[in-house]
Formats: sequence, C-alpha cells, structure tokens
Amino acid sequence: MLDLMSGFVVELRNAGLPVSLTENLDAMEAVKHIPIEDRAAFKYALAATLVKNEQHWKAFETVFEVYFSLRGPEYNVVDEDGEIDEDSLEEWMSQQMRGMGGQGSAEDMSPEEIAEMLFRALMNADEAMMAAMARAAVTQFAGMEPGRPVGGTYYLYRTLRNLDLDGMMDRLMEEAQERTDGDMTPLQERLEREEFENRIEDLKREIEAEIRRRLVADRGVEAMAKTLRKPLPEDVDFMHASREEMANIRKAIQPLTRKLAARLARKRKHKRKGPLDFRATVRQSLSYGGVPAEPRFRNPRPNKPELIVVADISGSVAAFARFTLHLVYALQNQFSKVRSFVFIDGLDEVTHMFQDEEDITNAVHRVNTEADVVWVDGHSDYGHAFGVFWENFGSEINSKSTVMFLGDARNNYHATNAWVIKETAKKARSVFWLNPEPKSYWDTGDSVITEYATHTDGVFECRNLRQLEGFVDHLA
Amino acid sequence: MGDTMFGDLASVRDGLKDVDYLADDGIASVVFLAEKLGKPVLVEGPAGTGKTELAKSVAAMTDARLIRLQCYEGLDEAKALYEWNYKKQLLRIQADRGSEASSEDWTELQDDIFNDEFLLTRPLLEAISAEERVVLLIDEVDRVEVETEALLLEILSDYQVSIPELGTIEAKQIPIVFLTSNNTRELSEALKRRCLFLHIDYPQLEREKEIVLTKVDGISDNLAEQVARIVRSIRQIELKKSPSVSETLDWARTLVLLGVESIDVEQAKESLHILLKYQSDIEKAAKELTVEG
Repeated sequence: MLDLMSGFVVELRNAGLPVSLTENLDAMEAVKHIPIEDRAAFKYALAATLVKNEQHWKAFETVFEVYFSLRGPEYNVVDEDGEIDEDSLEEWMSQQMRGMGGQGSAEDMSPEEIAEMLFRALMNADEAMMAAMARAAVTQFAGMEPGRPVGGTYYLYRTLRNLDLDGMMDRLMEEAQERTDGDMTPLQERLEREEFENRIEDLKREIEAEIRRRLVADRGVEAMAKTLRKPLPEDVDFMHASREEMANIRKAIQPLTRKLAARLARKRKHKRKGPLDFRATVRQSLSYGGVPAEPRFRNPRPNKPELIVVADISGSVAAFARFTLHLVYALQNQFSKVRSFVFIDGLDEVTHMFQDEEDITNAVHRVNTEADVVWVDGHSDYGHAFGVFWENFGSEINSKSTVMFLGDARNNYHATNAWVIKETAKKARSVFWLNPEPKSYWDTGDSVITEYATHTDGVFECRNLRQLEGFVDHLA
Repeated sequence: MGDTMFGDLASVRDGLKDVDYLADDGIASVVFLAEKLGKPVLVEGPAGTGKTELAKSVAAMTDARLIRLQCYEGLDEAKALYEWNYKKQLLRIQADRGSEASSEDWTELQDDIFNDEFLLTRPLLEAISAEERVVLLIDEVDRVEVETEALLLEILSDYQVSIPELGTIEAKQIPIVFLTSNNTRELSEALKRRCLFLHIDYPQLEREKEIVLTKVDGISDNLAEQVARIVRSIRQIELKKSPSVSETLDWARTLVLLGVESIDVEQAKESLHILLKYQSDIEKAAKELTVEG
C-alpha cells in the first residue's frame, strides 16, 4: 500500500500537480480511515487531501484511474499472471444475459445482438447492463492486441465506429416518440434527447475506462500514466488549445482580470491613509474620556486606472486573438475606463462593441465582422497600425493610462514605427507587451519584438494561463 | 479527541440525509475525513450549490452549535479573533483611581485589566474556547485580502489562539471547521495546505431531482424530474450565470404554487426570471428552449 501510494504521488507530481509533503502525509492518514474497497470514497479521500485546485481534478482522475484500475472486486478482469481473465468475464456476461432473457455468451454475440442489448440498456438507463455491454463491445470491436504500440484513442475510435452511436441516438428518439404516441412537445423532445445524449456520454466514458483498464493490464501502470499525461489547464498553450481547453481557459480569465484590476488600483492599505479626519477622531476620543488617543484618517481617493488595450487579431495569432478578445472583454467589465483597439494592418476602436453587447460571443463576432482593420492586404503591419493609433488616439493617453499591447510583433518586414511606443511610454503610466510566442522564437524571421521592447516597461511571454498569472503578479 | 462522532461513512451520509441534506460520495467522505483527521474543510464551488448549507447541516446532524464568521474585505483581528474591551478597562482604571489609594501596584492592576473579563471573544476565539461541540463556518474566505488569511493559519492548523497578554489559548475540543470560497481569487498555498479540499459543483440530474423532492413540499415526482431536466438543459447553454440549486428550488416552489402539473414551453419561459438573473441570459435561454426544441 505504501509503495502504491508513493508511486501514485510521484506520478501526480510528474503530471504537474503540486503535492507537498504534508499533503502526502495527510493522504496516508486519510486512507487509514477509508477502505480501499469503497472505491468512490477512496478516490474522494485522496482527492480531498492531494488536490487543492478544481482545475487539477481531471489530471488527478486520470492518474487515479490508471493506478487503481486493477484493484477492487468488480475490476477483477485480471488474474494473478496479469492475463485478462476471459473465463470469468464470460461467465459473468452470460449470467447477465440470462437475466435479460438473451442467450449465448460474449463470444457468440453478433454485432447486431450487442447493438440490440445496448439499445435496451440505454433506453432503460440500466447502468449495470451498460457497463457489461461496454466490455462486450471492447472485446468484440476494439481488436486489442497485447504489446501493440498504439494509443487508447485508436481503440476507442474503433469501438465507437462499430457501435454507430449516432444511429443509436435516432433509434432511441424514435422509440421515445412511440412510447408517447408521437405527441411529444418540442420541449419534451429536447429534454429526452439530452437525457439520451447524457447516457451515451456515460457509455463512452465506460468504454474508455474499459480500454484503459486493459491497456494498463497489458503495459503496466507507469507506462500508461506516462502516455495519458496531459498538460494542466494553466499550462495549455493558447495557440494550440482545443475547444474544450479553451472553455476552461475562458472560465479562468474572469478571476484573473479581477486580480489585475485590483493590482492596478492597489490601495495602500497598510501605510498611512489620507489626511486627518477631525470629526471621526473626536468621536472616537469619547470612548477614552475625551483624550484623542486614536487618531482617525480619511480614506484616500481610490486610484482609478485607465486601461488601453491594443490587440493584434491577424491570422498568425488567430488562436491567441480569440483568447485576447475574451481577455479584453473580461477586462472591460472590471475597469471603469477601458478602451480597446484591434488591428491587422489598419486599426479600429472596438470599445463600443464590447460595451453594447451583453454577450461575449456576439461581441467577438461583431469585432471579427465589423471592425475596420484591413488597410491594404490584411497582412499584419504593426508600423502602419501604430501610426494610425498615435495619430487618432495618441492625444488621449495620459499619466493615468496603462497601455497593453498584445501581439507577436511579426511585421512582414514593414517599417516598425517604434517611435509610437516610445512616445506612448513617455505619456502613459506604464506600457506592457504580451507576446504569445515562445521566447526562443522572438526576433527570428520577421519578428521585431526587441525593437518595441526597448521602449516598454516589460515584454512578457504569454502562452498559457500560468504565464498570464505571472504577469498579473508581476504588476504587484 | 472526539473520535467517536461518526461511526463510518454510511452513517455520515444517512445523518446528513436525516437533516435534509443530500450528500454525494465526495461530500460524505470529506466530511467523514474532516472529523477523523481533525482538519478543516475548504469548500469551493459556484454560488448557490449548498456550501454554507453543508456546514449548517453538519451542525444540525451532530447537535453542535454553529459559529459563523462572515468574511469581507477589511476584516481584521479585532473582528475575527478577539478584542480588548477598552471602555470597560478604562472604567476599571478610573474606578480604581476614585477609591482611596493604591495607585502604586500598577502590575496588579495590569493583571487585573488583562484577563478574561475584559476580553471580547470574536467568532474564532469563541469556537475554540467553547465547551460544547462546535461547527465553525468561515464563510466566503476569498473575500479577505491575502494578508488577512494569515490570521486564520494558527487556528486552522493547531486549533489555538495566541493572545500576547494572556498566552496561548488552546482548544477545549476540536471544532469541525468549514471554509467556503466562491473562487474569486486564488487562496494562498499555506491555507490550502492546511485544509481538505472539497469542490461542490452543480449536482447530477438524479441528485438534483432528489434535492427538489426533499426540499419542496407537495411536488410531484414527474414535475421534479422535469424541473431537473430543464435546469440541466439551461446549464448547458453558455450563460453569464447558470442557475444554482437554490434557484432551482425557488423555481420548483413557484411552479407548485402556480399549480403547474407539467411544464410546457410557455410556462417555462414566463417563469425563467426566477432561474436566471440577467436579462440577456433570460432572452438567450428562452430562445434556445423554443427554437431547438
């Protein structure tokens, strides 16, 4: 057990989770109280002691599934030698099927029979049956061979292709229609559909888990954990984020912008405050018999920062731009005064688009369609864009403004117009540049980041949430 | 100390159910562990998923007194831990002066005015010095500044409070501590390390239905199912603020009051404002429910 636990913790650390020594000890203490047979409780016990960030839950779950996949009574697919125990599996299967009124064992089952059983299981939300069918489907369709060096996704794909879940969905809906004699209201229909989608999702998860169990049995725990290792949400690169990852990132931006707003507005709470508040001091002195023992001070006027965001939304940073726009939108909700500009080779102000639209998707859509950012050919031209910026809006920068430039500074070998940054820096409170490219790419090819960088208060590599957070912390 | 409060996991779950709180596996095991290990629980999750309710229910289940510390920006020692009752101390000194004499033995006086009598206990100190069983709820801990968090550390790890004039006050019993957070900012590592972590998300369909059934009087099984399904459906739409469990309950109650037996689109749309609090969200949800249906 001790070995297992320490291996588990090492793997968690490998996956990037910060697990401290005390947390490790807590986990050891915790598992004393919870039997490993109670799998769900065991998992939550470990999670409660080891994972202190909800974003890390997924990574934890994966590692947990791998490490403890072969333990617990209902997971006895593997016997002593590490071979998949087909006999007991089959026996169990046929038992299940006798209960369902079917005949034959897993091996005799034709794909049609599996589909039929699965259909019934999904229709009645029979979880035990669904799990059994997931196993049968993996045995039948995945074609898993020991030692074959392919990932779990390949097997998953093969299994799902054979099951034809889309067709299954249609059949389920038809069946549901029939049951209500065809007079389902649209709302009911929608709800039914969602219910089935949910069940199918469950099934997919079950199949995935089954494949994983078998792969672990085949390849061993360490190897499997390694292949399944994925970056944590805060390490996901904006440029290569999948849809799902992007959604997570978006969620995390909100608190970050609040933090940024707080940092920029920073009130000096611990130093002396404003001028003496005579009235409050006298009032306070009454509790000391008229001796003004505790002077009171007025609160200083809160600092109201102004933020100017200038963002590149050209093709080369398309993925980053998507994120940028979300960041800008979130910022706009936090600061009293934000002005946002987007550019490719022309530049346009989009403040009003973010202000008018309550909904971020609409706002982003409007920016992408309405903003007038193409001047000649729609290839980035930082020089021209900055020229326009200075000419039209330069006079509005003052000592309260913080200016943030977002972009990769890939200028297609145009003139840089770096003097704009220099002039801006003279007038503004501070100027920052966030670059979505890895540091090693800076100043390669047509990147002119250093030319701009010399005039700013700092250029930050900003490829993932961790770095963005680092930037926000840096402001403190 | 006090290790006999819960027998096993199942008894925690049943106990919570008896006080009308439906715990899932995660919640039950963390509560169980909190008591076994004597560690505080940091509960995180979206607003209105029953974080505060959990603390209240645990208090009700164990017949403990609930002491609550509501956090806010600017919370300080004097309001969280303890404060000397200056006024009373001053009165004491003046009363002494009035009587005929002994102004020399200042030390005696000092000992006199810095004792329990002049100490105003605030929630944290009170939780520790209580004789009976106590559940301490530190609500919305993410609202205090990072610096103030440090205030909590001593009490959370060692269950003691140091008062310079009096020395260290140790807990007479170990309270069950819940800290809740809406995750508006990252809490410090030091605080997280001392706690068990529990994330409460929106409940699964079945659990939400159960919650509706237990909390709303006179609701039919069928209606509860529909309510839960519609709410799940709405949560999948990208909204500013997804409906919380408490809003689900409000909605279900309204529907019962209106005498609705089975929801159709019109009724759903008309009462959406109970579930959703932003006009843009309401419009979006209404559109989704009709168009795609």
